[in-house]
Amino acid sequence: MIDLGSRVSANASTEAEPEAERRGVFKRLRESLSKSRQALTEEISASLFDRIDEETWERLEEALILADAGAPTTAAVVERLEHEVDAGEVPADGALVRDRLIEILAEVAATGRAPIDLSGEPAVLMMVGVNGTGKTTTIGKIAWHLSKEMGLSVVLAAGDTYRAAAAEQLAEWARRAGADLVRGEEGADPGAVAFDAISAARARGADVVIVDTAGRLHTQSNLMEELSKVKRVIAKQIPEAPHETLISIDATTGQNGLRQAKVFSEAVDLDGVVLTKLDGTAKGGIALAIAADLGIPVKLIGVGETLEDLRPFDPAEYAAALLAE
Amino acid sequence: MFDQLSDRLQSTLSDVRSRGKLSESDVDAAMREIRLALLEADVNFKVVKTFTKTLKERCLGSGVLNSLDPGQQVVKIVNEELAALMGGTGSELAMAHSGPTVILMAGLQGSGKTTACAKLALHFKKLNKDVGIAACDVYRPAAVEQLVTIGERAGAHVYERGTDADPVDIAEWALQQARTDRRDVLIVDTAGRLHIDQDLMSELSQIRKKTKPHDVLLVVDAMTGQDAVGVAESFAEAAEFDGVVMTKLDGDARGGAALSVKAVTGKPILFASTGEKLEDFDKFHPDRMASRILGMGDVLSLIEKAEAQVDEKQAQDLQEKMRKDQFTLEDFLQQMKSVRKMGPLSGIIGMLPGMGAMKQLKNADIDEGELDRVEAIILSMTPAERAEPGMINGSRRKRIANGSGTRVQNVNQLVKQFDQMRVMMRSMANGKMPDAQQMAQLSGAAPRPKVRRR
Repeated sequence: MIDLGSRVSANASTEAEPEAERRGVFKRLRESLSKSRQALTEEISASLFDRIDEETWERLEEALILADAGAPTTAAVVERLEHEVDAGEVPADGALVRDRLIEILAEVAATGRAPIDLSGEPAVLMMVGVNGTGKTTTIGKIAWHLSKEMGLSVVLAAGDTYRAAAAEQLAEWARRAGADLVRGEEGADPGAVAFDAISAARARGADVVIVDTAGRLHTQSNLMEELSKVKRVIAKQIPEAPHETLISIDATTGQNGLRQAKVFSEAVDLDGVVLTKLDGTAKGGIALAIAADLGIPVKLIGVGETLEDLRPFDPAEYAAALLAE
Repeated sequence: MFDQLSDRLQSTLSDVRSRGKLSESDVDAAMREIRLALLEADVNFKVVKTFTKTLKERCLGSGVLNSLDPGQQVVKIVNEELAALMGGTGSELAMAHSGPTVILMAGLQGSGKTTACAKLALHFKKLNKDVGIAACDVYRPAAVEQLVTIGERAGAHVYERGTDADPVDIAEWALQQARTDRRDVLIVDTAGRLHIDQDLMSELSQIRKKTKPHDVLLVVDAMTGQDAVGVAESFAEAAEFDGVVMTKLDGDARGGAALSVKAVTGKPILFASTGEKLEDFDKFHPDRMASRILGMGDVLSLIEKAEAQVDEKQAQDLQEKMRKDQFTLEDFLQQMKSVRKMGPLSGIIGMLPGMGAMKQLKNADIDEGELDRVEAIILSMTPAERAEPGMINGSRRKRIANGSGTRVQNVNQLVKQFDQMRVMMRSMANGKMPDAQQMAQLSGAAPRPKVRRR
């Protein structure tokens, strides 16, 4: 899941997560997803596939729309499945059709998969996104993982110089994760903070720099331009940096999530999505639309408030969790 | 905001509107389009079903199709139903008869509660109320610091006891303090919580019991998808909220959450948060918003904003001056200032009828910097020059350009534009509309607000 390049991790065993732990994670994810009153699980219960007719497809569409997968993605997935059943490629058997649906959904979710690239020395990871989607919290969790579980030295750059007390919030996460923090004054130039953090990391020989940025709506073109500038300033320190740019998308987000990913990608060239707040009742189906439409894959998911609740994204498990009973 | 929904509905309806006769299958086709537009706008699936059903019944019933102008009738029905869906005419907050009015704010993480608290505080400040805010979010790191900073920026007193106290105790204590301090309003900020987190939800209903709020407001992110309805229903159970604050409406979210929440919970949207600044917070008017979605413009809001900035007497004087051709650059400067006080120009354009259809305006950034330059140029003129721009000769132009940090060409442009504007105003004040050529001259020669396509 994480490409560390030539760097030898202090704790090599964590590179591949133990299978048992992983299963636990997705059991949790399934549990949390099934807490929903209108969970897909109810909509797409096996009985829906008992008899396969027009209503089956309609209700399947409903279920995917309710999961926020969006009309175009829903139509594409259902059409494909329907076509396969009509052509006899998939037997018109409830359980088999259901399995095939999970496969198709997983395939869509897996578009553009790649590990998180932390091979740079130091590797620079930039976090962007709309206000309130969980950027700072996600950074805290990533820092904790890298520092406490993988033994890497991490520097956090408090690039959200706009929101009141944003740097204090990040400072608290830095303390919990045992990471260093580089910050500027409130209202300071975010590019300058990122620049300073990277030079500090280079001076200290740190492994990873994670740059926080202020939340911004993708419609504010001046703020999007500011973000591109932060990226350019980072590249002045290390030409290939940021090595990894992630956008945090709130799982409760509707079709607007697609616009968010598109516009942010135009500004800073996204490498992946962190799908946050999946522990609620929202299914985060917008991630399917983002992968299908833009080829930007989900790399991490947030399933709770504690430090351990950040997980690698597994398309097959995710698709199964969407349809689990 | 609501742009894409608005686009879809407008194109569907303009098709309907342009027909002299409508058949039942025309209505069916329009309903399918409307259904898809609403779904793409994140309106809840079940709400869409009911909505299109009602709509269709009304369109097919009571002689609409046989009326003189069926297209217009259908548009009118859609407008009415949209407004009804969002809550009819605007609703008001309940205020206490004596003692502080207590307002409890609740919502999911990241929906914008803390910011909404400060914005609401400023809203009351403008009504000359003394406002306190209770800092009950003890969970998110630095949430208290954030509230203290922006709460005080809004001119409110923030009651905080750090992060070690129990939120329910803080709320009770803050209420006592607010009574002692004779505050008019106490806004209670709470931690963001998932609606399925039973511990935190029962904490919320505890806070509700202890503080007996006059209003409980649910803060909802306008970008929320289908889940908005489930969230609203759960919060309705635990906190029995009275109304909704819709945040992040300045994005391009299609606003389906706004449409759905009222429909499912019956609770109205009371406020809309429309920008990063504390002032970007307005009362929500469902009927006006429906008109806006349909591209009919929100003229009432525009007039209200204008009324708040321009006083009657001043306006009369101005008209007189225009008529008598005595309009000076000084007047122009004052005018520009009051228009700009109404907010960013791009926001104002969205309120004008028909502007939604003008693509180059809709996707435009109005360059506010250009207006700053015009202001700077006029401010660098002497009072005599402002009154009689004709006296501005070459050396004066040079001085003005230097003084305002612009170039002589900019000064030339402004003076030239002002001359043409005066001619046009004179004819308008005398009851004649400017002809197309005059308009073209004006816009061609003018240092007009630069329109940049995105």
